Amino acid sequence: MDFLISIFSDYTLQVVTAGALILGITSGVLGTFAVLRQQSLLGDAISHATLPGVGIAFFLTQSKDPLVLLIGAAISGWVGTLLINLITETTRIKRDTALGIILSVFFGFGLVMITIVQRMPTATKAGLDKFLFGNAATLLYSDVELMMNLAGLALLLIFIFWKEFKVITFDKDFAQSLGLPVQRLEILLTSLIVIAIVIGLQTVGVVLMSAMLVAPAASARQWTDRLGIMIVLSALFGATAGVAGAITSSLILKLPTGPMIVIYLSVIVLFSLILAPNRGLLWDWLRAARHRQKMHTTTMLKNLLLFSEIQTNPFHPHDIAALKAIGKGPINKTMVELSKKGWAKQYPDKRWALTSTGLNEARRLTEEFEEQFESME
Amino acid sequence: MMTPASEIPAIDVTDLTVAYREKPVLWDVDFQSPQGVLLAIVGPNGAGKSTLIKTILGLIKPAAGRILVLGNRYRPQTRLIGYVPQRTSVDWDFPTTVLDVVLMGRYGHLGWIRRPEKEDYRLAMECLEKVGMTDFAHRQISQLSGGQQQRVFIARAFLQDAPIYLMDEPFAGVDAATELSLVSLLRELKNKGKTVICVHHDLQTLRDYFEWVMLLNVRRIALGKVEDVLTEENLRRAYGGRAAFLMGKGADEKESWTS
Repeated sequence: MDFLISIFSDYTLQVVTAGALILGITSGVLGTFAVLRQQSLLGDAISHATLPGVGIAFFLTQSKDPLVLLIGAAISGWVGTLLINLITETTRIKRDTALGIILSVFFGFGLVMITIVQRMPTATKAGLDKFLFGNAATLLYSDVELMMNLAGLALLLIFIFWKEFKVITFDKDFAQSLGLPVQRLEILLTSLIVIAIVIGLQTVGVVLMSAMLVAPAASARQWTDRLGIMIVLSALFGATAGVAGAITSSLILKLPTGPMIVIYLSVIVLFSLILAPNRGLLWDWLRAARHRQKMHTTTMLKNLLLFSEIQTNPFHPHDIAALKAIGKGPINKTMVELSKKGWAKQYPDKRWALTSTGLNEARRLTEEFEEQFESME
Repeated sequence: MMTPASEIPAIDVTDLTVAYREKPVLWDVDFQSPQGVLLAIVGPNGAGKSTLIKTILGLIKPAAGRILVLGNRYRPQTRLIGYVPQRTSVDWDFPTTVLDVVLMGRYGHLGWIRRPEKEDYRLAMECLEKVGMTDFAHRQISQLSGGQQQRVFIARAFLQDAPIYLMDEPFAGVDAATELSLVSLLRELKNKGKTVICVHHDLQTLRDYFEWVMLLNVRRIALGKVEDVLTEENLRRAYGGRAAFLMGKGADEKESWTS
């Protein structure tokens, strides 16, 4: 108990937790829009494009003040985005290529800047390398305050323009036909994504920040078909992974925070991809298996009907070998399924026959099939 | 039948030119649609049909030309036009319900910040009822068939309650029964005095569904009543040598080159 109290009164822990929480919620919410607008990679390009801004801001001001560095990051990320749009609109280069160009060029330039700046005598222990992979342990209370203000602004704007953002995401042309300033709204939304990225820079770092945008949203999509719920779930997933990653990395393992958060995110993504109802892989697999078994039983019923039509007694038992000869799939299992439904009955020496309800069912299925076939013609 | 009180054209386009890079998509097009008619815009692939309606709506900036809607320069904020985009232009896996999509038709009336209220929901349900989709109101949109998607879009346009409707291939990819029910919905709009302008692909059904038609192939080929415009000569000018097929017997032959 004393241990728990000591943990929760620990300054670093409080700051790290609060920071990761804010970051997780913001990137979860903004990431939802990025993913639904099929702009998952834009987040990656923007976050890499913020790096030169950090270097330049430090170079110009010689200040380690996070506010200064983050403003530099935001401007640089923004310029990167504008260039992506400019390249796409004015040249014949496709958007994904433009993203790749800006991401690598800005990131490379940023690395050079950071390295040069770190060698400057004034920059001793400037700690700019934390912007690469993130280090939650270096967060200060004042950083968290800044993050909170930015996050508050971003979430407020999402709330205010909720229905406009929804309609431009779903149907841009229609939104424009309503007279909405679609382009300006898109710029606003992208700017909010830049803000979400800037919030996460110190904690997660530029390299893996896009995971915080994409993974929670992609996981949330698996569990729901409503935008509102998706956003809440995405924020929840982002917050969970953020807090867990930040605490493990900064207090227990002394590792960079970004990679640690990504490990937690991967667990959430994997879990959601496999287990989510309806959209999950397990669900798909079960559905396919059930469908396959139904096909087998239907086919077997029809085969038995065919057999019964050449016998004087429709309930004459047939050897399982004969059924296997004309049927497909797991015949034994199929026969057991049929007998469970009361449509077939087992006789000694592995012989099977239709029951009277089975005969009716087989006839009904055949008629249904023929009707469907006719209506298709 | 109601006759339009005013003689001002619903849509009045003069000398419209739209170019993508150097390639003209529309060249010097004049297009007037009277009020209260069902009008089809018809032409081969790449004729600029969708571009024309998108330009009228202000989604595409023309290189030259003048567009008047009911006699005035068009600003979308005036809500004179309801728009039905191509069904395939949106991602139907978007996490939302049928009712929510239809409600988007009210966003223009609502303006900024205000959320749909009870009355808006009631109106939206009314529009869903008109297109026979009441039971689907709370379904996820990814569960809809092509025809149902189209009905949802039309319900959304109904909710816009505009005097003019522009529809981009409303019959594309829907089955014959749905097509007929959509046509009767369009006729209903017309009977209420609305102007309905559709990009259409099927010359075989043109006579049955529409009374006015514009043949378009980058330039305007012809515009007028269907029976006056649909001549072999005009079709040849719009479709080139392939026109013989179009006037001929089968939809089969037509399929073989449109697809």
